[in-house]
Amino acid sequence: MVYDLIVVGGGPAGLAAALKAYDEGVKDILIIERDYVLGGILNQCIHNGFGLHKFKEELTGPEYSEKYIERLKDTTIKVKTETMVLKVTEDREVHTLNEKDGFQVIKAKSLILAMGCRERTRGAINIAGARPSGVFTAGTAQRFINLEGYMPGKEVVILGSGDIGLIMARRMTLEGAKVKCVLELMPYSNGLTRNIVQCLDDYDIPLRLSHTVVSVHGDKRLEGITVAKVDESLQIVEGTQEHISCDTLLLSVGLIPENELSNVCNIEIDKITKGPVVSDTRETSKKGIFACGNVLHVHDLVDYVSEEAEIAAIGAARFIKNTVSEQKSVTTKGQNGVTYVVPQKLGITDEDKTVKMYLRVNKVYDNSKIKVTAGGVEIASKKYDRLIPGEMASINLKKSKLKGIDIEEVVFEVEGA
Amino acid sequence: MYDVSIIGAGVVGCAIARELSKYNLKVVVIEKDSDVSNGTSKANSGIVHGGYDAAPGTLKAKLCVKGNQMFKELDSELKFGYNKCGSYVLAFDEEDHREILKLYEKGLKNGVQNMSIVNKSFILANEPNINPEVYSALFCGNSGVISPFEFTVALAENAADNGVEFLLETPVTGIEEIDGHYVIKCNDKKIRTKYVINSAGLFSDEIAKMAGMEDYKITPRKGEYLLFDKDIGGLVNSVLFQTPKEGSKGTLVTPTYHGNLMIGPNAKYVYDKEDMLTTKEGLKEVSDNAKKSVPKIDMGKVITQFAGLRSSMEQYDFIIEETKKGFVNLIGIDSPGLTSSPAIALEVMEILDRSGLELSEKKNHISYRTPYIRMDHMTNEEINELIAQDGSFGKIVCRCESITEGEILDVLQRSIPVKTVDAIKRRARATMGRCQGGFCTPKVMDIMCRELGMEMTEINKSEKGSYILSGKTQKAEGGSEQWSMIL
Repeated sequence: MVYDLIVVGGGPAGLAAALKAYDEGVKDILIIERDYVLGGILNQCIHNGFGLHKFKEELTGPEYSEKYIERLKDTTIKVKTETMVLKVTEDREVHTLNEKDGFQVIKAKSLILAMGCRERTRGAINIAGARPSGVFTAGTAQRFINLEGYMPGKEVVILGSGDIGLIMARRMTLEGAKVKCVLELMPYSNGLTRNIVQCLDDYDIPLRLSHTVVSVHGDKRLEGITVAKVDESLQIVEGTQEHISCDTLLLSVGLIPENELSNVCNIEIDKITKGPVVSDTRETSKKGIFACGNVLHVHDLVDYVSEEAEIAAIGAARFIKNTVSEQKSVTTKGQNGVTYVVPQKLGITDEDKTVKMYLRVNKVYDNSKIKVTAGGVEIASKKYDRLIPGEMASINLKKSKLKGIDIEEVVFEVEGA
Repeated sequence: MYDVSIIGAGVVGCAIARELSKYNLKVVVIEKDSDVSNGTSKANSGIVHGGYDAAPGTLKAKLCVKGNQMFKELDSELKFGYNKCGSYVLAFDEEDHREILKLYEKGLKNGVQNMSIVNKSFILANEPNINPEVYSALFCGNSGVISPFEFTVALAENAADNGVEFLLETPVTGIEEIDGHYVIKCNDKKIRTKYVINSAGLFSDEIAKMAGMEDYKITPRKGEYLLFDKDIGGLVNSVLFQTPKEGSKGTLVTPTYHGNLMIGPNAKYVYDKEDMLTTKEGLKEVSDNAKKSVPKIDMGKVITQFAGLRSSMEQYDFIIEETKKGFVNLIGIDSPGLTSSPAIALEVMEILDRSGLELSEKKNHISYRTPYIRMDHMTNEEINELIAQDGSFGKIVCRCESITEGEILDVLQRSIPVKTVDAIKRRARATMGRCQGGFCTPKVMDIMCRELGMEMTEINKSEKGSYILSGKTQKAEGGSEQWSMIL
């Protein structure tokens, strides 16, 4: 069994990638999805706010994915749901398992990895104390409420002011739970500003910055937590410990790209993004294997995921049609306030192409400027009213500017940081 | 009237139950919790110790060495999974080196075989991630790792398959001696029995007290652990101990049977037998110490932390005795209790034999247990055959550990009832992986509802009161439509 293109993951990234590749002339495509429906995590995101950039309208998660799923019907793209990809190899073999076909090896001319991400757990952030029930990641709680119709608890504290945490503060309040507060380790929120306003301020839910959970109490069900203030170096300030009684603790403490398949395939992983190192076509270190969406780096807006998926799809389509010429590439690097830049590599071609570069900063910067230099020469810059770690920033780069400069590295930094 | 009643379904109680199940006896195991292996037996290092560490001449030395030698055959019968990976006690200087020479001598006295003192180049050739400042080590080829709860469950299931009754969620509230036998009260239930085996672990002193024996006092010692992603499970191939120093056995770094990396434990006396709290200080102590053995451990790869309690006493050695006619006490079974457990069971059989319990072998005893179906041990052809017979083996439920619905259904159909999410976790490994059940808990609960006839809100994580969901949402209850419009 050989396909032109296999897309691993049928969430927003995989859907957009498959459809774009189709539009680019690749007709023999298979999407493999582990859940029983397409749409990925969007299925449980029943709040609105999706699609403002991409479709210029406010959609819910399921409405956003439906736009893509509907379109699939008019294509020859094949879909396998409830199918787990166990392994991906360098020569683009995909090992799958499902009820109908059992264990199978499917080959493809090109692969797009779109496995998404998972939530960091309590273990990953080492919260000490007891191990009762009632401690959930925010996404798990969201699934219970929105897809299963059950409430995880009644008196809630949320750790982490990332977007899922904020959305869940509102969701649980609307379902009649008492959300006592949202705690944030950092002195600023990592969530979108609009979510802080719409999910916390509108419901009088306090956001307590520079606070964390020190210990968890309760033998069986959660009975309460000890929280404390942290200083600038994120160390607990002694004497600020305080007990909050609650039966539920939701953790919204970050997302990790799910690169277990990439690791088995020996794809090079960026230590900061925890996703594959990719070129501007979103090709990974393995030829013909592309990556996009949250498996590549965690996005805050699905609109950007779709945008990135389309870039990967164009890359894969060109690879399949064999229209890619071997090219020299330069490395991109973030420093002085820029934590990471995607793509990590830029191919130097004769085309005069503008590449949209995505980046994140390490803290809040007001009225600042991102400066891009190559060999000490400034080749691009952009001004921002506000740069915050929670919102991905982008900057356009003209590849023509790199011509003739003998460099190996393009550097992105916050001016004056 | 039961011939023998065992109080406590930890590894010791279950090992004894399995030995007794070989004979024509009416045996019951009484357990306060919702599952077997729910106390000390669930949260420990999972090491099958060589036996060089225990003081020569003690029961600990004798039973540890004997128990160690029993694991290979036990695993061939019960198929719980045993990896005889070997162990090193690492010495970092000449002083440590002198200590491991003493351990070696102790090992010889205890009858431990397969030991050697190895030098730095041997160690680094076999364990390249060990701190290169290592000086020498005591290697023991007889040590290994098991999953302690899978071992206990296997013993229990085999005992139950051979007719031993298990009463779960049945706390003992009193014990009376009447007319040469005992009556064990469990709230309103009364169990009449000729023999009582007190293998209640942390609570063995309290059980003894109920029967009028007041001389025992368990002082629990807590040990904290960190468990890491399988990603870095390959960092070490064998169990790495540090040279014991006054009062401290050091921290161990070990692969688990299923290929995670685990570090721990520290040791701290606690007053509360339910105090399984991990502490920031304790976890730091464990990670700092472990890094002395393996500096490369990436703390960002921790998937969970836990604490267990050792049922220690002031006295060093195990107490295994028929303290009163018909009442056998097993008290102070701390390390190396897991390794010793099969030998402890044989010791108890001797005691019962001497005491006059008639032991006639069952004709139809089955010493083998059908292992859990583990697809990670199968070839692709075997997997396809299995799925052709039953499609549920093609449905992955737990993505981190690649556990299928079929594997979960398998553990639900065994002779020890499975009622909680944790019970499934310990048997099938679903929710055990890097996302710690974030994705699969709802799916596991759906399966429990379907197969066990439970409601979602009835499902507990472990003990009664550890409910996972508090109720239905308003919409699911047919409530406000208005809100669903806002959202």
